[in-house]
Amino acid sequence: MSKTLLKVTGLKKSFSIPAGMFEKKKLLKAVHDVSFMIPEGKTFSLVGESGCGKSTTGRLISRLIEPGDGEIWLDGEEISQKKEAQLKGMRKKVQMIFQDPYASLNPRMKVRDIVAEPLTIHTNLSRAERYKQVSEILEVVGLSDYHANRYAHEFSGGQRQRIGIARALIMKPKLIIADEPVSALDVSIQAQILNLLKELQAEFDLTYLFISHDLSVVEHISDHIGVMYLGTIVESGPKEVIFSNPQHPYTKALLSSIPIPDPKLRRERIILQGDLPSPVNPPAGCRFHTRCPVAMDICKGTEPPVKPGETAGHFVSCHLVE
Amino acid sequence: MELSKAVNSSTTIKKEKKYSPLRELLKNWKKQKNALWASLFILLLITVAIIGPFIAPYDPYKPDYNAMLQGPGIDHIAGTDEYGRDIFSRLLFGARISLTVSFLSVFLGAIGGTILGLLSGYFGGWLDRLIMRSSDVMFAFPDILLAIAIVAILGPGLTNVVIAVSIFSIPSFARLVRSSTLEAKETVFVEAAKSMGASHFRIMFQHILPETLGSLIVFISMRIGTAILAASSLSFLGLGASPETPDWGAMLSLGRDYLGTSTHVVMMPGIAIFLTVLAFNIVGDGLRDVLDPKTKNE
Ligand SMILES: Nc1ncnc2c1ncn2[C@@H]1O[C@H](COP(=O)(O)OP(=O)(O)OP(=O)(O)O)[C@@H](O)[C@H]1O
Ligand code: SF4
Ligand SMILES: [Mg+2]
Repeated sequence: MSKTLLKVTGLKKSFSIPAGMFEKKKLLKAVHDVSFMIPEGKTFSLVGESGCGKSTTGRLISRLIEPGDGEIWLDGEEISQKKEAQLKGMRKKVQMIFQDPYASLNPRMKVRDIVAEPLTIHTNLSRAERYKQVSEILEVVGLSDYHANRYAHEFSGGQRQRIGIARALIMKPKLIIADEPVSALDVSIQAQILNLLKELQAEFDLTYLFISHDLSVVEHISDHIGVMYLGTIVESGPKEVIFSNPQHPYTKALLSSIPIPDPKLRRERIILQGDLPSPVNPPAGCRFHTRCPVAMDICKGTEPPVKPGETAGHFVSCHLVE
Repeated sequence: MELSKAVNSSTTIKKEKKYSPLRELLKNWKKQKNALWASLFILLLITVAIIGPFIAPYDPYKPDYNAMLQGPGIDHIAGTDEYGRDIFSRLLFGARISLTVSFLSVFLGAIGGTILGLLSGYFGGWLDRLIMRSSDVMFAFPDILLAIAIVAILGPGLTNVVIAVSIFSIPSFARLVRSSTLEAKETVFVEAAKSMGASHFRIMFQHILPETLGSLIVFISMRIGTAILAASSLSFLGLGASPETPDWGAMLSLGRDYLGTSTHVVMMPGIAIFLTVLAFNIVGDGLRDVLDPKTKNE
């Protein structure tokens, strides 16, 4: 088995949010006890509804927000409590790709300066050397040197996302955190970008933490999938298991909402009742019990433990699973 | 909407016409008729400030006791003052003084205010509170009163006028830049820069400062008008340029005594100040429409 590049254990993060004048400050529990690991060269996808804490998890790992509880092991180093000054090495190893390719590229910088920025920050290369690397990496992502002297807003969404990918690649990072990298793109472009990410992974031996609200998007690219609900991972396992033998009622509901081209294979659509509860007051017991179609009495009072499934690497938190 | 954006941008690429922010700006500028005229006037003024002393028909300091308090005429197109000095020549010299004082003081105030505003908005916390409370204190005084107080402490003279006017410009620049900084620091590209490990310095000056530049330029042009007024007022009160200097404010001050008899002594520098301040404000308005459309309705 290959080496583990990223290992996260017991990750927690709460935001204190403004409350009414005479109330106590409230805590929004965005991420609650998340653990997973990614072997080098593999893709782990975090999937779940909007607001379940996927981006917060990504931001914690990339140390963009103040750390909460838990450990983050990157390449054998614990990084969750390090100060920014000690994170230089980590900043080179981890790069991000963002959801909105319009907002994530500085509109006042030329493409070559955007893509070269990690080099400008971390190396002493001359401008000419940086630009040389930029034109090489632009070729790799399917653009050409001819694009380097333009501004980002002159490009289409798909091309911009390629620019974002080029910027993430130029430091030759180990881990790329891609937060909804295709959800802002046209469906026809999504497949191109996903294929590009897949090819680049093979070529540069990249490890991906891939974040998406859409299970169908991650099917092609993932090795492992973690399904998140209200700040916790309710089920995780190899992609095949999640898609063909899901155990958690929430995973089943998510899967049932993916349209299937073949009408004979039509799954019964499970429609979840009720709204997503607020992460300020998550339900006691199983966090999913307010919407779970098969909830039992025990679910309201007792939090289900994480249990291994039949396949290696498969874990479920549900009282139904023996 | 995103789709149409994408289609538009791909057609611009096909047209092979290279986008340049400067060309875009000039194109929009030509549409601003008033601002275009005002900016031509300012250009003229700057030219006068540079070459004025060479084209002035008379020595602005030299009294001519045979020609005291003459109205505008063939010899002296703007008339003469109580010492018989040619007012037109004095106005030409005064353009240099007024522009130098106002440009310099606004420029210094803008630099100081921008740095404070960036620090305040970017770091927040106690630094923000300190900077903002200090500028609140300064805001509590009417502009000119503050300048008078500063000159009173430093003593009269044009250098001190520059210092006073730049200090009283600092808080408003700091506020302006702080509010754009608060907005800019939430952008995704700033988050991206942080994730790459960019230093605070780099984030502030490479990513945030350019976002504030539009509103900064608009504000600078507005403030130049204010600075000319403030500097003239100080000179008028005898706190700025010494009375014999051909400073517009000082000229106004001298003419006070002849308001009833020789109105032109006051009128001429008054008109010069009025037109100049107006021109800078119109240019500021025009720049706002071009560079910073979102603050238009404030
Ligand atoms: N800086 C913050 N301050 C306060 N609350 C926050 C902050 N960032 C995120 N949250 C809250 O934390 C919860 C999780 O947010 P997060 O962005 O991680 O969700 P997500 O799964 O990425 O959702 P989406 O699909 O909408 O991006 C949400 O309820 C959100 O409102
Ligand atoms: S523990 Fe109970 S409520 Fe939670 S998912 Fe399982 S059955 Fe549903
Ligand atoms: Mg998100």
